[in-house]
Amino acid sequence: MLLIRRFEEKVEERFRAGDLAGFLHVAIGQEAVAVGVCQALEPDDVIASTHRAHGHALAKGTTPNALMAELYGKVEGCSGGYGGSMHLYDVEKGNLGANAVVGGGLPSVVGSALAFQLRRQPRVAAAFFGDGATNIGTFHESLNLAQLWRVPAVFVCENNGYAESTPSHQQLPIKDLAKRAVAYGMRSIVVDGQDVEATHRAALEAVRHAREGQGPVFLLANTYRLTGHYVGDPQVYRPKDELPQLRVTEDPIEKLKVSLGLANSEWQALEAKVVQAVDASVEFAEAGTDPRPEDALKHVYAD
Amino acid sequence: MTEVAISTREITYREAVREGLAEAMRADPDVFIMGEDIAEMGGSMGVTQGLLAEFGSERVRNTPISEMAIVGTGVGAAMQGMRPVVEIMYQDFMTLAMEQIVLQAAKHRYMSGGQHSVPLTLRTQGGAGWSPGAQHAEQLEAWVCHVPGLKVVYPATPEDARGLLWSSIYDNNCVIFFEHRNLYPIKAPVAEQLMPIELGRARVHRVGADVTVVATGRLVHAALTVAEQAAGEGVSVEVVDPRTLLPLDEGTILASVMKTNRCVVAHEAVVQMGFGAELAALIQEKAFDYLDAPIERVGSKFAPVPFAPVMEEYVIPHEADVMAAVKRTLARS
Repeated sequence: MLLIRRFEEKVEERFRAGDLAGFLHVAIGQEAVAVGVCQALEPDDVIASTHRAHGHALAKGTTPNALMAELYGKVEGCSGGYGGSMHLYDVEKGNLGANAVVGGGLPSVVGSALAFQLRRQPRVAAAFFGDGATNIGTFHESLNLAQLWRVPAVFVCENNGYAESTPSHQQLPIKDLAKRAVAYGMRSIVVDGQDVEATHRAALEAVRHAREGQGPVFLLANTYRLTGHYVGDPQVYRPKDELPQLRVTEDPIEKLKVSLGLANSEWQALEAKVVQAVDASVEFAEAGTDPRPEDALKHVYAD
Repeated sequence: MTEVAISTREITYREAVREGLAEAMRADPDVFIMGEDIAEMGGSMGVTQGLLAEFGSERVRNTPISEMAIVGTGVGAAMQGMRPVVEIMYQDFMTLAMEQIVLQAAKHRYMSGGQHSVPLTLRTQGGAGWSPGAQHAEQLEAWVCHVPGLKVVYPATPEDARGLLWSSIYDNNCVIFFEHRNLYPIKAPVAEQLMPIELGRARVHRVGADVTVVATGRLVHAALTVAEQAAGEGVSVEVVDPRTLLPLDEGTILASVMKTNRCVVAHEAVVQMGFGAELAALIQEKAFDYLDAPIERVGSKFAPVPFAPVMEEYVIPHEADVMAAVKRTLARS
């Protein structure tokens, strides 16, 4: 979690400095969901991620070096420079890909889970998505089909209360998102997504349920995006005192720090290790290889 | 050189598609099919009849009416290395799944820097001529031909349907496989055993000297009829069917036009921005000096497909339109 936090802070810094192209969505505040869920998965389980993808990728095992190099558009990046922040892939590590289309990755998680079921493999596919995605058609079609066929999938809803800038009350006709799963007869588990240990326990149960062939699970993790929708977002849509207050009361890392009861020196040692890894990833990325422009025509088709 | 006689039998286009599916499923347990009404009912066009009995309900899967999920589930299974074949009942309904086709199936390989393959085949059908109205009769092949990462196949004969379907299923990319509704009952001889046909190879159906008609789908048959009629009038028409629209066999098409010096492109889809526009652009770009006349385009008039038979007949192209185009191009000196 700390690695994700420091990594994303560094990414924000380098983006503001003009080192990174495109645009960026960081998941500061939502780290516990990525870590709690991915730690509950086995190495050959798979995930599909979202436009807010850095945490999921790191939690599923992509190295900071490969991730940072991707953000720098380098050949050494986890998508070879073809993807960028919103299209992080690491198939070997079980990351099917981050998706810049809200809800876009859910059907392929159902399909992956179907493949596991057909091949009698004890594997699970997990989809990350936000509360905003529960309004889009792929969400409903995917949950419906997944439950109908009882495929081993876990649908992880990172409910951070905003669809980009639009607050829940303007985009959701119901308050309790777990009801979405009820409509499909799907089991749902609701958890405090700021509590990594609780999230991990909930995810373990969801994954167990799916893996044992009892069908998919809707895992609703209530969380907070302690930052804007994108880097540079002025957040005019938020009440002015909301963010400073949430940063005090809802920071999952501060909560973990308290629950772990680590001495300051131990925490500082962790910090130092993480900062070193992040700094090293920047050095790695800066020293990376630029793709040749004409490489843009590769990988359009498989042989 | 000795010629080996290949024993043949006659089957319909519908049976040819079915045989292509069945043979591919027999050959590889990773091939499975899913779509609306394809199991017990055998599909809205009867293409998949009998497959449930042979392969069982795990591999012949009825789905809800959920085009996004049908395609997207296929994408996911394909990303895991299976070879799903999904059926979209009418190509008009492909529009419901365009995000999963265009933004997911076509791009995962690219965006992952070559890590993924998506060996998904999407079968769909359509076409006018039976008054289904504007939402069951379109020809949308140009939509998907515009997308890097997809392959597009449109067979016109039983032999091509069977052999190309096999190759589509075993291709490591997402292939959109178009069938024409009105071709399902046509019968033609096929080889006793399935012979795979390589994607990206056009077929010269009839050799001619005066004008080339490059046609797809139903219009291939219209062009062949016209060629026969024209022969009676002393005009020699060459008929070329690209069969695979993407990637396109440019060489065969250009060689034909360079020989005949005149060209008509013909499809059932609307002319404007149609697949024929790309053919015309290709030919003028690479064979301009060989042309003796402007390239003529045949296709539907620029309107949705209307219901009333007299209006539908007015909008969609027929043999007479191909013949008229052939004559126009020959009239230019």
